[in-house]
Amino acid sequence: MSTLLEISDLAVAYDGMRALQGVSLHADGGEIVALIGANGAGKSSLLRAISGLVRAARGQIRFDGADITRLGADRIVAAGIAHVPEGRRVFASATVRDNLLLGAYVERDRSKRAERLAAALAAFPILGERLGQRASTLSGGEQQMLAIARGTMSGPRLLMLDEPSLGIAPVLIPQIYSGVRRIAGSGTAVLLVEQNVREALAVAARGYVLQTGRMVLDGPAAALRDDPLVREAFLGIAS
Amino acid sequence: MADAAVEALTTFALLVAGGLLTGLVFALVALGLTLVYGVMDVVNFAHGEFLMLAMYATLGLALLGIGPLVGLPLVAAALFLFGIVVYRIFIRRLLAGPPEATVFGTFGLLVLIQGAAQALFSSDYLSVPNRPLQGTLHLGPIALAQSALVEGAGALVLTALVFAFVEYTETGRAMRAVAEDRVAATLMGINVQRINALAFGIGAACVGAAGALLMLSYPVYPTVGSQFALTAFVVVALGGFGSIQGALVAALLVGLLEVLGGFYLSPELKMVPVYLAYLVVVLLRPQGLLGRR
Repeated sequence: MSTLLEISDLAVAYDGMRALQGVSLHADGGEIVALIGANGAGKSSLLRAISGLVRAARGQIRFDGADITRLGADRIVAAGIAHVPEGRRVFASATVRDNLLLGAYVERDRSKRAERLAAALAAFPILGERLGQRASTLSGGEQQMLAIARGTMSGPRLLMLDEPSLGIAPVLIPQIYSGVRRIAGSGTAVLLVEQNVREALAVAARGYVLQTGRMVLDGPAAALRDDPLVREAFLGIAS
Repeated sequence: MADAAVEALTTFALLVAGGLLTGLVFALVALGLTLVYGVMDVVNFAHGEFLMLAMYATLGLALLGIGPLVGLPLVAAALFLFGIVVYRIFIRRLLAGPPEATVFGTFGLLVLIQGAAQALFSSDYLSVPNRPLQGTLHLGPIALAQSALVEGAGALVLTALVFAFVEYTETGRAMRAVAEDRVAATLMGINVQRINALAFGIGAACVGAAGALLMLSYPVYPTVGSQFALTAFVVVALGGFGSIQGALVAALLVGLLEVLGGFYLSPELKMVPVYLAYLVVVLLRPQGLLGRR
């Protein structure tokens, strides 16, 4: 597979405070890549920089061969990157159907929309029973499924998920991950930010570890699972 | 005895009809205000001045021989463009600053536009020459001014059009998304600046149309906007900031209370029941009649 996303030497700062420094990362088409790190390590900042919500202070973000570092956030969605933000941020007063259609805002072709709606409902069947309900009436887990499904509606080649299992009832987490696997299986690359490191490294092919704004480790998920730093810091296993 | 009762009832029916018709025009004015607030959290203090500009524009067209009703779409379109320009060069910059910036900025715009109107048009009360629709329409014992009927009906149709646009079109759906969560909307690929500009333009077009309608029965002068803007603020707060249905319900209520208060209390006290209702609602339901949270 060719490289879909390539980030080199990225730095991000908020009001002069460094959030990321010298970060490099790549993801290939159709692969699941986990991004792990403690709270405040810069995981969300990295996703926000990729989706254009914050500007990079230096470095470059290339997507499908094109430089998207300075592209507006709305253009980045159209280019093929979807960002499912932390806390889900579904449109609470809109129906499930309207939320999904908003996800397809950049797609003007009605038949493609219908196809994607069908695919999203196949990944998360429960949403099919909730189409006419307001998103605010869904449980947290269902809202998370809606947020992910909404993310797929633009037909992204890269789907970025920020903490999809945070605050979700544990019984629903397997449903969420089976949907994520299904999405990746259809050829969409997934960049997964997770505090649930065990889950993330089980589903991902490769992973990166961020620490205070710097990338300190990367490699195949299996190797990361056995790494002493990861075991001690994130899996709670003394080496 | 019976005659007196019938007369009192007829008067009451007449007042209710008049109040509702007045309320519909208030609704159209308030609609622009609540739409802009809902989408971008900006209270446009210059909203009444936009109305005043629309009324002068209608007068200008009338002097050229284009009557208020024919002129209405032209004035609404001109105000739409004016709103977009004001957003692009002014409001957008205010939004990048602290939250108070839009308050002081739009208030400054009010002072600027009002001052410019004083300088250009003097403080005279001016009316459209050869006003159309000066007759009355008789419905049994009730006689209603044709101008009031046309104003009310026109305002109702335009309010319904804006509501349908926001509720049932793709762009309207995007507008509601921006109103609810602008970051999430951005992540859907929605260009928030473009939606904001469009909402501001539609807000201005609402008073554009309202201004043209009002010239059927009102004179224009540089401070005419303040009177309507004040009522519009009450309507928006009463109905719930950002709620279109709320604005319509509240505007009808305000129109009724104003007309009934003006008749049964005294014309000087006509706003007393309006502000009393406002106080009661704000105390018991601070989010307004149909507002959220």
